[in-house]
Amino acid sequence: MRQIAFYGKGGIGKSTTSQNTLAQLATKMGQKIMIVGCDPKADSTRLILNQKSQNTVLEEAAKIGTVEDLELEDVLAKGFGDIECVESGGPEPGVGCAGRGIITSINFLEEEGAYEGKDFISYDVLGDVVCGGFAMPIRENKAKEIYIVVSGEMMAMYAANNIARGILKYSNNEDGVRLGGLICNSRNTDREAELISELARRLNTQMIHFVPRDNIVQHAELRRMTVAQYDPEHAQAKEYEKLAQKILDNDKLTVPTPIEMDELEDLLLEYGVIEDDTEKLKKLEMEEAAK
Amino acid sequence: MSAKVIEEKKALIEELLEVYPKRAKKFRKKHFEVSDQENIESGKCSIKSNKKSRPGVMTIRGCAYAGSKGVVWGPIKDMVHISHGPVGCGQYSWGTRRNYANGKLGINNFTAMQVTSDFQERDIVFGGDKKLEQLCREIKEMFPLTKGISIQSECPVGLIGDDINSVAKKMSKELDIPVIPVNCEGFRGVSQSLGHHIANDAIRDHLMGTRELEESGPYDVAIIGDYNIGGDAWASRILLEEMGLRVVAQWSGDGSINELAITHHSKLNLVHCYRSMNYMAKEMEKKYGTPYCEYNFFGPSKTIESLRKIASYFDDTIQQNAEKVIGDYLDEMAQTMNKYLSRLKGKKVMLATGGLRSRHTIGAYEDLGMEIIATGHEFAHQDDYEKTFQEVQEGTIVYDDPTSFDLDFLSEKLDVDLIGAGIKEKYVYHKTGIPFRQMHSWDYSGPYHGFDGFKVFARDMDSAVNSPVWDLIESPF
Repeated sequence: MRQIAFYGKGGIGKSTTSQNTLAQLATKMGQKIMIVGCDPKADSTRLILNQKSQNTVLEEAAKIGTVEDLELEDVLAKGFGDIECVESGGPEPGVGCAGRGIITSINFLEEEGAYEGKDFISYDVLGDVVCGGFAMPIRENKAKEIYIVVSGEMMAMYAANNIARGILKYSNNEDGVRLGGLICNSRNTDREAELISELARRLNTQMIHFVPRDNIVQHAELRRMTVAQYDPEHAQAKEYEKLAQKILDNDKLTVPTPIEMDELEDLLLEYGVIEDDTEKLKKLEMEEAAK
Repeated sequence: MSAKVIEEKKALIEELLEVYPKRAKKFRKKHFEVSDQENIESGKCSIKSNKKSRPGVMTIRGCAYAGSKGVVWGPIKDMVHISHGPVGCGQYSWGTRRNYANGKLGINNFTAMQVTSDFQERDIVFGGDKKLEQLCREIKEMFPLTKGISIQSECPVGLIGDDINSVAKKMSKELDIPVIPVNCEGFRGVSQSLGHHIANDAIRDHLMGTRELEESGPYDVAIIGDYNIGGDAWASRILLEEMGLRVVAQWSGDGSINELAITHHSKLNLVHCYRSMNYMAKEMEKKYGTPYCEYNFFGPSKTIESLRKIASYFDDTIQQNAEKVIGDYLDEMAQTMNKYLSRLKGKKVMLATGGLRSRHTIGAYEDLGMEIIATGHEFAHQDDYEKTFQEVQEGTIVYDDPTSFDLDFLSEKLDVDLIGAGIKEKYVYHKTGIPFRQMHSWDYSGPYHGFDGFKVFARDMDSAVNSPVWDLIESPF
């Protein structure tokens, strides 16, 4: 059994990319998969289940009183490609402790034997590793491979570097977590593939796949489907299939080497993602003087 | 006992429940049952247990940390147990359980010490893992002879998601002693019962079967679930040794880390506190095929019954030895019973303790002619109640997770002569002038196990019930 996790900046398309890829992994490569949604928004499984949201572990536990009284069948749902889905769920924004919620859910699933007989367990985790709870999926004996979803935008790359830092912290022994690669979910920015490949190189990893941008993904998503289900013959489906195959065959699992902020900024400057502060100021002063 | 009495008891419970609001009443009703011919014979009872307490009631329960640190791990004497988190949990659980242990303090016995990581705001914000590492190193430096360290998580550690497991692994390697993480955050589960289970799992994952016993013999047994309160395990061990058995491990009263690690070589596991350690007894049965046998060393009747039951697992020699041991103590026990019988006969007792003693001590009270008219557990499960019902007389009120109101009400209405419960209940009843014994840590007394313990038990019950001091108290209410 392989346990993998998708991380990345909020809104980068983690859930979309992971569900589309896992759908290929299940249908084309016959893998038995379970998705564990670790985002309080509980939207990591809707494309597989073709529904708005499923009952979450924490919601159901709160209803019954304690998580000890919860049964696996109360929270487990099977969707497209026989993928089993669980959403951890969590509190409303601004209250309670979402991080603890993830710990509770994962412990519950392990104790109930939910992982038995699976080839892949995939955790879909909220944008930033803001506390210990969100690091739960990458602790020892949990996910061994992390895939960071990123694009050629500045904040996405900042986040990717930060996540690499988190992974480094938990990769300190033989069985520790490893970085499996960066998945570039294209935003059609300039020299994007080149930039992400360079970032990957500096982080001591690979750009495992470049997923081009295509509206079919949004069209499928509007119907709460993956491309694999909505239009299986579409070229975009093949892209996800390629990514799925690469993940299945991936043997480049590394300890990341996160870079310093200065180095990252230099990189961004070099690729024209950001402008140099002094240059920018000069330009601004010239514009003001011209008025 | 007539059906009328049973109906009267049921009516009394109805009267008690009247005080609760509608929903709470509906919930609490399921946690009471009166014993009758049927449930006594079959053990089949409908009482609900191991459920979350109602908000608003004063429950007598504890938490998962109490179950792990206080009960299971705390008594292991040659380890240092870290209360990991803010200082309060460690401070208030310091030395409260009276689990005696041989040895020299700070050398091979650390049970009288309290070590805490004393979390501050800073540790919550930045995480406490570095502090924990530092603490482990300091323990090893200050107490180089310590055989191991256990990390007992308090609530905030689980909340901020500190990874104590990886710290423990790292420190085990660095310090070359077992460092065992226990994720027993207080908020987990509905009572201390889950803490026992988590603690058992930690023993399973980190110690079980890890060491060898140099020479094992046919009569090797382990005492499981005796915490040596006031010397209980010692009073039990004497009898087992007198009948020719070799006790290779004590879990966990006066026990050591090595004993936990070699217990898989035991031929028979003797389980006293079923609730807190049945998990490991069953695990060893599953994994190593070691049978386990529940026994009861409270009061001569049950002790004799248990000695015969234990002996039945062994050959004629042990069985004959058991009979001899029983014979040796018979006179002494008869004398003890005779001495107190006239003073205690017919006295009405109400019990409310954890998961075992509300059942196991019944026989000892009955040996003194006392009657258990109401009993129940703080944190027992269904399998406990099935056994408890088989021990009570007809017409006994059995309650689960009784609230302070339940106990107040019943003690008054049933006109009890003695209450046996915990420290939180004790002083309330002292003030109302009802004799009380603290049945978690035997007040300041003990042992209560075995033949030696029964003499102390009988004396204590008599001095509580018949003390003239109660007549001097006038209730202002």
